[in-house]
Amino acid sequence: MTPDATALDLVLGGDPALYAIVRLSLIVSLSATALAALVGAPLGALIALSRFPGRQAVVVALNAMMGLPPVVAGLAIYLLLSRSGPLGSLGLLFTPQAMVITQMLLVLPIIAALTRQTVEDLWMEYRDEFAAMNVGPLRRVGTLLWDARFSMVTTLLAGFGRAAAEVGSIIIVGGNIEGHTRTMTTSIALETSKGNLPLAMGLGLVLITIVLLVNVAAWTVRQAGSKFEQR
Amino acid sequence: MMQTSAPQLPIVLEDVHVASGSTRILDGISLQFDAGAPTVLIGPNGSGKTTLLRTAMGLIRPDRGRISWGGSEDASVARRALVFQRPVMLRRSVADNLRYALAVAGVARARRGARIDELLALVGLTAIADRPAPRLSGGERQRLALARALAREPAVLFLDEPTASLDPAATMAIEELVRNVGASGVKVVMTTHDLGEAARLAGEVVLLHRGRVVESGPAQQLLGHPATEEARRFMAGQLLI
Repeated sequence: MTPDATALDLVLGGDPALYAIVRLSLIVSLSATALAALVGAPLGALIALSRFPGRQAVVVALNAMMGLPPVVAGLAIYLLLSRSGPLGSLGLLFTPQAMVITQMLLVLPIIAALTRQTVEDLWMEYRDEFAAMNVGPLRRVGTLLWDARFSMVTTLLAGFGRAAAEVGSIIIVGGNIEGHTRTMTTSIALETSKGNLPLAMGLGLVLITIVLLVNVAAWTVRQAGSKFEQR
Repeated sequence: MMQTSAPQLPIVLEDVHVASGSTRILDGISLQFDAGAPTVLIGPNGSGKTTLLRTAMGLIRPDRGRISWGGSEDASVARRALVFQRPVMLRRSVADNLRYALAVAGVARARRGARIDELLALVGLTAIADRPAPRLSGGERQRLALARALAREPAVLFLDEPTASLDPAATMAIEELVRNVGASGVKVVMTTHDLGEAARLAGEVVLLHRGRVVESGPAQQLLGHPATEEARRFMAGQLLI
């Protein structure tokens, strides 16, 4: 990476440092989104289908967690993983794994809350049919998640967007270590503060392109799925 | 294919009451559905036809009274099926809707393909097996819902206004299916607003009004020579208030 390189030179020239950062960013954000979806989607569906005392409070809390400040999440995970913390012995602080955990914590409420809403709407539609067909509780969850799959794409997209744009928490738990825990967003923040605008802008271009491509892919999937929507 | 024995029958309702808040929906219904020709429930809007159907299916627990199916009060819906007036199409293809119903009914995976073909042929949807179910017309939806219900191999089939809002051709197709299903030994209990349809399909007719049975009996007798004033007025097309 030469000091006088432009943003486009870096992107089009396949700068190895830049692409290592892009690769790590994608791995961390996609892993966090996938793990959050594995837990959050069934959790949201279960809340949608369950009736228990305090359910409304759980729904409100889940919705509120969507706005969880990233630095607070980062601080909480930092305290858990720091050497004197309860999970300090795992040695995860300042690793990509710690960044995945933090992003997962931020993405999970988004996926769970949006899934809850999507599945609850579909549940209102399917409820009588399920009762008449004698569909068991676990199959109900699976069916609703599958039949809501095209709406769930938007939910996953929202989760990925949150993860990909995240800076504050992963700087705290990842440390922004060059070649180890440096991602696109943390690099942009660092390089901007150092005055290295070409790299910051190059990373910004890549980030915007990735977000755009993910949205195009999601739109395509939704279009393909629209034929299965009720008329 | 379909089971002809009817351990679910007779369905006996004794002094059944169902209310929603302070509104009485079923008000002391005593009826018996026996094996044989279809039973058709008729009556004005709000008379309790749909609620009676759902209660007899076992989906609504009566506030008072008893229901038994073949002598048992176990409300499990294992050998009964219900097609709603506006059936919900699962967001998948026509064939996959049937595949789902067969899986829920516990049909072995290896048998499902052949059963799907049979059911599609039965309801005349073979040509559009791969079409997304939510894109079907009203008549096609009813036929698919009927096939989905038959996938359960029910002893009793409840149909809630199966031809409401359908054109004459689609109505004729559904009525033909109902006749065939009834002839195969499945007990059909259905609701309708259409007295002509009741005359064409029913072996027995039950007239409901305000959650009560006004009159019930063989279709020809009740439709041709109603015994009560309320029934006579209804058959004459007058409003029951």
